This record gives sequence, C-alpha cells and structure tokens, in this order.
Amino acid sequence: MTIELKINGRPRRLEIEPGDMLVDVLRNAGYVEVKKGCDTGSCGVCTVLMNEAPILSCSTLAVKADGQEIITVKGIEKEATEFADFLTAEGADQCGFCAPGFALTVHSLIKENPSPNEEEIRHYLAGNLCRCSGYEGQLRAITKFVEAKK
Amino acid sequence: MSTQFTQVKHERAKIDGKGLILGRPAYTDDLAPKDALVVKLVRSTHAFAKIKKIDASKALELPGVECVLTHHDVPRVPITRAGQGHPEPSPKDKFLLDEYVRYPGDEVAVVAAVDEATARQAVELIKVEYEVLTPLLDMEAAETSDTVVHPEPEAYTMFPMGFEPKKNIAATYDMNIGDVDKVLSECDYTVERRYTTQAQAHAALEPHAAYCYYDLHSRVNIVSSTQNPFHTRRILGEVFEMPLRNIRVSKPRIGGGFGGKQQIHLELYAMLVTTKTGKSSKVVMSRKEVFESSFARHKMRLDIRLGSDKEGNLKAIDLQVLSDTGAYGEHALTVFTNCGSKSLPLYNKVEAVRFGGKIVYTNRTPAGAYRGYGAIQGNYALESAMSELAHKLGMDPAVLREKNMIAENETSDIFRIMGEGGEGVEMMIESCKLQYCLDRGRKMIDWNPKKLRSEVKDGKVRAKGMALAMQGSGIPLIDMGSATLELQDDGFFKLLIGATDIGTGSDTILAQIAAEELGVSSDDIVVYSSDTDRTPFDVGAYASSTTYVTGNAIIRAAQNMKKVLREAVAEKFGVDAEDIEFNGRELRIKDGSKSIGKMKDGTQSITLKEFSYDTLYHEGANMKTLAATGSFSGHVSPPPYMAGFCEIEVDLETGKVEVLDYVAVTDCGTPINPNLARIQVEGGLLQGIGMTLHEDVVLSSSGKMLSNNFMQYKIPSREDVGKLRVEFAESYDPTGPFGAKSVGEIGIDTPLAAISNALYNATGVRLTSLPLTPAKVLAAIESQK
Repeated sequence: MTIELKINGRPRRLEIEPGDMLVDVLRNAGYVEVKKGCDTGSCGVCTVLMNEAPILSCSTLAVKADGQEIITVKGIEKEATEFADFLTAEGADQCGFCAPGFALTVHSLIKENPSPNEEEIRHYLAGNLCRCSGYEGQLRAITKFVEAKK
Repeated sequence: MSTQFTQVKHERAKIDGKGLILGRPAYTDDLAPKDALVVKLVRSTHAFAKIKKIDASKALELPGVECVLTHHDVPRVPITRAGQGHPEPSPKDKFLLDEYVRYPGDEVAVVAAVDEATARQAVELIKVEYEVLTPLLDMEAAETSDTVVHPEPEAYTMFPMGFEPKKNIAATYDMNIGDVDKVLSECDYTVERRYTTQAQAHAALEPHAAYCYYDLHSRVNIVSSTQNPFHTRRILGEVFEMPLRNIRVSKPRIGGGFGGKQQIHLELYAMLVTTKTGKSSKVVMSRKEVFESSFARHKMRLDIRLGSDKEGNLKAIDLQVLSDTGAYGEHALTVFTNCGSKSLPLYNKVEAVRFGGKIVYTNRTPAGAYRGYGAIQGNYALESAMSELAHKLGMDPAVLREKNMIAENETSDIFRIMGEGGEGVEMMIESCKLQYCLDRGRKMIDWNPKKLRSEVKDGKVRAKGMALAMQGSGIPLIDMGSATLELQDDGFFKLLIGATDIGTGSDTILAQIAAEELGVSSDDIVVYSSDTDRTPFDVGAYASSTTYVTGNAIIRAAQNMKKVLREAVAEKFGVDAEDIEFNGRELRIKDGSKSIGKMKDGTQSITLKEFSYDTLYHEGANMKTLAATGSFSGHVSPPPYMAGFCEIEVDLETGKVEVLDYVAVTDCGTPINPNLARIQVEGGLLQGIGMTLHEDVVLSSSGKMLSNNFMQYKIPSREDVGKLRVEFAESYDPTGPFGAKSVGEIGIDTPLAAISNALYNATGVRLTSLPLTPAKVLAAIESQK
C-alpha cells in the first residue's frame, strides 16, 4: 500500500506493507538519523515528531503516518545545531546513538514548557535512555540551553 | 613533571559530537549497502540440544531467499570469539555453526534473503529437529553434572589454564602468598562471608551490526560495530582459513560497547554469506538477540575471609571464587584473574593473601568482557567485607581503609604474580592519590562515622556508605598501540590510529595528545582510526588501554615526527638537524647555534605551513611525504583509583533503595579532557548503580531468558538516580601520556559495595547477594523483626 506524508516539510509518497513500523519505513527511505534501539518502545532512540508531538517510531505503524507530518532531527537542524553546541561544550555527548531522538524530545520539552525545572526536565526526558553518560552532563547542558533560549 | 599544558588537561568538544547529534549517517547499519542481502540467524530454542535434522526446503522455495547455511556447510575450526590478543587466553570452544546448541539463542543456521521481510519469513519456515538434552543451568552443579556442555574433542586451549571440559571446567586459577590459614587463625578479628553477583547485560543502545562486501580487488571487507578491528581480522582469517591480506575490517561510529562489542559475533555470519554467495550482506541484531545471544557479565560466587589485629591492621585476605562463563569460555580466565589482581592490591600490607577458584561452563548466555572485568566483582566482596570488619572493630570504615590502603612508592607482590592469563609484571606505584580521594570524598558527602544513618519521615531511612577501588591501564607487555602522523599541505597533520573510539571520545583526546606533543593546535590534527587497511596496528578498545597505551604511542609518533621535520628542514637549508628547533608554528635555527647565517637564502626560519607546501610541491627531486610512526607497549599498568561515597534512602515499607547522592573522587592521573573523563566516570557509576539495585539477567527454569527486553531488563533512566558528583585528584603518573592513566572502567567498581554498605548502615542487615531489589531488601528487613 501507499502512504502520503510530509517528512521534514517535504511531501513523500512511500510504499509500505500494512504491518511495517514507521522506524523501518523511515530508515529504508533514507532517514537514517532515526535510530532503532529496542523494538519495544522502551529506549527513545527512535523518537520523531508526528504533527509536532514526540512519538516512538518503533512502536508506531507506518500506516498511522499517512497524511501526517513527520519531523526528524534533520527537520530541526538549526535548533539541534545550537543544542549540540551546549551538549558538546559540556562534554555531555558520548556514543551519540541516543542523541537525535533526545534532541527532538528536548525540542518538544522547551516548546511545551519554556522554563522547566530540574525535576521537569528529568521527568519529560525519562523515556530517552542513555547507557553512556549517567545523564548528569545532559542535565547541565539542557539547563544552560534553556537559559540561553529565554 | 610539567603541568603547563596547552592542549591536554583542557576541554575540547568531542570532534564527532555535533555530527552525531545531527544524525549524519555514522553507524554500521546507517552505512550498509542498499543491495546487501539481509542475514538472519535461526537460533536455538533449547538450552542444550543436539541437532538431528534441519529442513530448509520450504525456506529455499521462498522467492528472494538466497541461501540457508547449516553446520554441514561451514568449516569446522574451533575458535574463541573473545577478541583478545595472541595467543588467546580463552578456550577455543566455538564453531561457526555446530551440531550442538548450548544455550537458548545459540546459532543453528544462517539465512540470507533479498530483504528483511523475506529473511524473517524464511527463518520461520526452517524446521529444526532437536534431540533435547538436560541443560546445566546452575554453576554450583557444574563439576558433578552428568551434562557435559562441551563434549566435542576439538576444543583446546593455547596454553595450560586448567581446562577440563569433561568436568565443565573452562579454567582454573590459584595463587598464594604466605600462609593465609595460619595468619587468619592468629588474627584478633576476622570476617568470613559469601557474596554473590549476578549476570549483567551491557545494553549499549546500538544493537550489534555488521556488513560485508567484496571490493574491486576481490578482498573481503567487513564493517562492523567492533571494539577491535585487528583481532577481528585475525579471528576471521582463522575460522575461514583465509590469508589476512584478503580481509579488511573497519568500524564506523559505534553506539556504545562497554566490552560487549569486544567479542566477534555477526562478522562471522556476514562473511560466511558474502564468501558463499559473492554478494554484499548485512546483519543487525534485534534487541532480543542482543540480550540473549551476545554476552553478559560473569556471574560469580565469592567466598572471602579477612583478618586484622586489634588496631585494624589487615593481616590476611583469602578470596575463593566460582565464576560462570555460560556456554562458551570467552574471557573466562582473564576476567577471573582480574577479580583478584585488580582488587586485592588495594591492601598491600597484608602478610598473606590467597586467591583462586574455577570458571565453569553452564548452558547460559555466554559471559564475556564487560566494563569492570572481574575487578567489579572482586571489589564488591573485598569492600563489603572491609566494612564488615570495620563494624566488628568498632572503627570508622574509612579509617580502616586509610590504615591499610596502598600508597605511592609502594608495591604488591600480586602485580608480579598475577597477569592476564599468565604471570604479571613488577610494578612500583608511582601515582596514587587515594588519601586525597578519601579526604575529599568525606568532605563532599559530609561523612560523620557516628552519624551514618538518619531517620526521615514516612518510614524512610537515609544512610551513607563508601568503598575504594582500583583498576589498570592496559595489559602490560601484551597490549600494543601505534600511531602514524603525516604532514599535509597547509601545515596540518593526519593522525592515523588503530585505536577504536566506541563512543568514549578517544579520537578527540588522542588528537589532543598529538597536538600537545607537536606543539600545535588540536584543530590541526585530523584523526582517522580503526581500519586494518589504513591505520597502524592497535589491540583495540578494552582493558582501559586506549588513553594510556595508544596515548603513549602517539607521543612517540609525535617525537619522531618532530625529528623528521627538523631533518627535512635542515637538509633543505644545508644545516645540521640538531640546530633546528620547532615551536609548533615554525622551524627555525636555534639561537647561538653554529648554523646561524648558514641557511642558503640567509633566512633563519620557515613556517610549518610554508614548509609543507615546499616539501610537497616546490622542491623538485627533493619532494617527499613527511611521516612518522610510534608504537607503545607498557612495562606496567598504573592503576587509577577512586573513593566512592553514597547517600541512599531506604523505604522500610517497600524495600526500595534510592541513591540520592554519589560522590566519586577519582585519581586517573592527568585527565586529558576533563569533561570527557568526567562523563566516563559518571556513566560508569550509573552502570554500577544499575547493577547494584536492579539489573539482572533472569532465566526461566528451562534456561530461557526472561529479561530479554528493556521492559524486563531495566537500565537506569534519568529519573532513577539523584546527584552524581565526580571530582579528580591532582595526579600525574610519570609513565602515562602527559601523566594520564585510564578512566574508562574505574567508575563502575565502587557502587556495589558502597551502596551495600550504606544499606547495612540503614537497616542493620547485610545483604550478600546482588541486585538489592526491593523484594530482597524487604525480606531482609522483615527477618530482623
């Protein structure tokens, strides 16, 4: 079957099977910035925005994206670049596998809550797992990024 | 010792950081060729079975299926997938495919098809008939079990290690200094305790992946998420009986390793399919496969005895261990020896010390290398027992350690006796800031030995605990790293290293080391790493070796590069090389040297940039590439140290333990990049906290893994831990690159004992079996009532 959707602002028509997951369809279509980590919607690395809300693309059927607007990290490249400066300045980045999904969730957090406190940051991002960092540096970087965005 | 650095001991953004955050194609599966056959493994559903028949006829009829390969189709060469040096200190007990399957998840057959869906469907269509055998799931029963996990006659070891497969023993080790029993019998206070640790999963977020293709020269190219391309090439050559010149292994970016990608897994099956079909192939593990069919940490049973006099002078330590290596013996011996050699020397003033035991096979997911590598288990037993001893003595546990811990200009016989699989090396400790770490940690956590417990409201109790730790920096006389520097036009340098950045930032910090020695900016060092065709040799990323071993190799390469530069400039100007000096920007004649005024055109200096163009474009018959290589293999392995302190909150109603604050004061010598060193420690702490509190590889009674996803196997989220506070001691190891020691593993070691000790202080109950789940904690509290 065919779905028509917008990805990062551009219209795309994609051939899918009814059981395909969105993460696989996006990666096969060349959006390899969407990572695949767990297959069970538990780790957050496959996060994309659907109609501006973060979703887990490994547990979303591709057919659900028909007629919708999908944003990957490439769709927020300017903001992700600014965020990357804060993250790398803090030395808060390691293997980077969680980073694109994480950057999208940070984008949503700030959009929903421009002045989150530490607890709100931890809570909103709890579904974005990182096995390398211990999260401390990410918290410092987000806090500084939030301040700078004000 | 110089601490006036311009490049190292400075922050520098991780050079690949921005590109990774922006999601540029970087990891193995991002880069695999679009036309690659998709490879899937048929895996055993039984813990132990002999394959009677594999019927692939239905699968082969499916359009798009390229091949199905079984043990009948592959060379029968026993190997170890450990990914270690040569000769390997692990039993060679694994075949590419075998008639026996030894754990649920073991490889039965290999399927290749044109796409993912077809490959999956083909796997479902393959019918395997098994003769199901009684599995051995309990390591305690290994030696007396009727089940023999490795009945095959071909398995062997490359040197004696007590390998007795008929008794399910992968290796045996014993060492002894002095008369432990006699000294213990004369001690005023003794502790005797059995501790057990569980299997832990690495859970790197990038699942293992590999792809393979023939290049234009008809050579096999493997790209994979490996921590060690050179060992991988050697092992692939061994199993496929192919000259190494026909194989290239490289790795792109890696989404975390922690030891889990030191072993060879998928490379074997991608290469099998490509060599059989001539076509490109790729294979990516599902998360379930990562849990079930990669490796986990060795489960251990540790029996420890300690003894001291009335003043708390430690006299003897006896540590006897049983370790479960699972279905295959990768890292069985060396993780075991590290359990002693990277924990016991902490207390080097004892009169007698004994360490030994066995590593046995079971029908569980194999154990392998995992950050901490034995030291973490040994540390848990030792540092728990030390706090128990302090309690018996009525002494502050921090003071008991202070009285007995190793210090600068001291040694331990253990260094000489215990190596990784063989003898060790003598080593005098030249940097050890444990006293500072202890003092600073006490201050940061507000340590008051009289008030380690406090009641808070709602049935909750807070308490503090602590532990010390040590690790190593590479494997002396075994690990070798090398680096090549090459001057480029415009005056920058290529740095080629075999070292493997698995997400730690090693490419970044190694460029900083090169820049520091050359006197140039880190921006003028362009790094290319981990490619057997294009970079010099390196053992890879394991054993806390990269900073120390490869870092030292880079210093040698940079020193050689400066010599090559001075000689080339001297030749150009017809002066003596010893009269030329290089300050990182220009090459000039030293003040007062006899060459002054002798340069052909009368100048006294030339910039590196001008000279780079001259040597590559302007010098006619004298043009040349200027390059230099350096290699390093350590005589010693200087330990980094840590004092870890925690404050926990225990809910007496539910048994839940929460870490509110973890203080880790670290002596890693010079932190080459303090931010990246800190995040290594923070990440290690959280993995250690996860292991202490909840991470556990759980099997059903038939041996199937129940914890094979992130819902059943929980890794800590950012809501699960309070503060992690990491600081570094001012320290400088004279044998390290600009004073550096390792930092990758030390962070994981202390939480097990520190949190257990805090839990004891909170509840008065000593839990001796990890993890400290609410159910266990609650049962222990209830048993007190």
